[in-house]
Amino acid sequence: MQKITTQKWPLPKDLFSIKKLPWEFFLILITVFVFILSAYASPYFLDPWNLSDATFNFVEKAIVALPLAMLIICRDIDLSVASIIALSSVAMGFAAQYGFNIPVIVIIGISVGMLCGLVNGAVVTHFEIPAIVVTIGTMSLFRGISYILLGDQVLKDYPEGFDYFGQGYIYWVFSFEFMLFLVATLFFYFLLHKTNFGRRCYAIGNNPTAAFYSGINVKRHRLLLFVIVGALAGVAAVLLTSRLGSTRPTIALGWELSIITMVVLGGVNIMGGAGTITGVFIAVFLMGIVTFGLGLLNVPGIVMSIIIGAMLISVIATPVLIKKFSQRKG
Amino acid sequence: MMFKKLLATTAIAVAMMSTGVVQAADIKIGLVVKALGIGFFEAANEGAQEAAKELGGVQVIYTGPTSTTAEGQIEVISALIAQKVDAIAVSANDTDALVPILAKAQKRGIKVISWDSGVAKKGRQMHLNPSSNALIGEMNIKLAADALKAGNFASGDVAILSATPTSTNQNIWIEEMKKVLPKYSNLNLVATVYGDDLADKSYREAQALLKTYPNLKAIIAPTTVGILAAAQAVKDAGKIGKVYVTGLGLPSELAGHVDSGAVHSFAIWNPIDLGYAATMIAYNLVKGNGSDTKIGMGRLGDANLDENGEAAMSEPFIYDASNVHKFADIF
Repeated sequence: MQKITTQKWPLPKDLFSIKKLPWEFFLILITVFVFILSAYASPYFLDPWNLSDATFNFVEKAIVALPLAMLIICRDIDLSVASIIALSSVAMGFAAQYGFNIPVIVIIGISVGMLCGLVNGAVVTHFEIPAIVVTIGTMSLFRGISYILLGDQVLKDYPEGFDYFGQGYIYWVFSFEFMLFLVATLFFYFLLHKTNFGRRCYAIGNNPTAAFYSGINVKRHRLLLFVIVGALAGVAAVLLTSRLGSTRPTIALGWELSIITMVVLGGVNIMGGAGTITGVFIAVFLMGIVTFGLGLLNVPGIVMSIIIGAMLISVIATPVLIKKFSQRKG
Repeated sequence: MMFKKLLATTAIAVAMMSTGVVQAADIKIGLVVKALGIGFFEAANEGAQEAAKELGGVQVIYTGPTSTTAEGQIEVISALIAQKVDAIAVSANDTDALVPILAKAQKRGIKVISWDSGVAKKGRQMHLNPSSNALIGEMNIKLAADALKAGNFASGDVAILSATPTSTNQNIWIEEMKKVLPKYSNLNLVATVYGDDLADKSYREAQALLKTYPNLKAIIAPTTVGILAAAQAVKDAGKIGKVYVTGLGLPSELAGHVDSGAVHSFAIWNPIDLGYAATMIAYNLVKGNGSDTKIGMGRLGDANLDENGEAAMSEPFIYDASNVHKFADIF
């Protein structure tokens, strides 16, 4: 250990005491490692257009993962996000069918998302039912409504130019979706780490009772977070609908689990109280690179799921093991 | 310590990756299916590999999502585009949602066809249907005639057991059957009944047919639910060898009834041929063989394209005692 402490490069002094390193450090390390491996394994990986194409497959999920991280830090969860995307997409589809223009369609999509979030938040905070129970219910409810409204039909009368959100590029290989994700990351970074609102999330997540007695309006705060998650699910619905150019009730089926995986992989404590936007941001790329890298090598999806699952378990187990390990040492 | 473990995990992942790397081929064709792990599509892949072997210098990348979603297929297709495959042949989970990504593929010079389950015209160059309505109608009547021959009946009554009276494709097929009936003078169509694609209703309708028409020799059910229910009804009524059931069905469901004799033969698409034909067409498109109206399918002859760019592969494939068990394992 002594040798390491004399190292000059800007690493923490006691390298072996990895518990002192921030979580994000490991994530970056793994991400860079996987990136280099993928570049080595496939000649197609380091193509800017290919990398740009690959981002389309995860940025919509990532945009929902950002607010969901805050919600999970607050000890809540929203399992209905994918169903919100579906319902909001159906609403946009009908709006388009009735001939509304693009801004109105987008506003309708995001509003329906917020409304769904409001329903979740109101039921959770007003009736004091655990969020996991409520959102399992609304997961079926919102999806069910989409099925009732649409059945086996498809809505695809989107106006000319609507495809820009999910298929357009701002500059060179930088798609609108991807840039929006970067902006959203900055926004949520400031919201969580630089504002009172963000600090209250940690306070509530660590001890809701103490937070309440220190004067935080816990219920209102949680309700607001549910609405924000709903709104961003609405944004994701706009992007996904635009990318697919059509709406079916099965849209975004099963996405809630990939989104939660991103959050947890980012080091957000599923029990609440800890986690950073930076972590989620890196985790998004880690998952994206792993999926794309394996996809390029035509690894079957089932094997891919196994690898992502193993990665997730390792990530959740690491802090626990490090804690045990360091306790034994000390 | 844990970090090492993670490294090890990733190393394993990479080891798995490297086995996936295949030798360079002249032409790469991506065969995208609705989802991996479905027997029907595994069989299609078998046919595709057969075509690749026959052609030489062709690599077929068999791929698909883990569940039958459009989003999953888009992810798989974007990986194929990134690998710069020459052609993509897809059985689509969604007619419309795949159009943007497939249009992008075409823009990058990749030939795109759909097979089995099609995509909208904008997203592909052509679509290969397993069969056509006319061929299906004709096949059903031919199967009924075969059944009569198997029972050594010179002539007899036949009845059709369909799904719902409003089912579009069922009605078209029945129309087509009626068109070819005059060619088979020994077949006398006595009734068309509807089991609504419900097992119990189809069973009762079949029972009623057996009771009402004593000279009934064959029941034609161009529905997988109906054919199974009718075969069971014939078996339960002790009429095996007196009345034959035929139509469109699945080998895995009907193998037992072929063994018992309630079904002499039946038809459905052959997934192996379908994968083979899709690969052949994709190859010919890449090579610039074929025209807007005609394109080769190797040993299966030529596909004739209609004005919508759709073609029918062949008449449905006949399954009987000689091959039903082989296919029963597949689908």
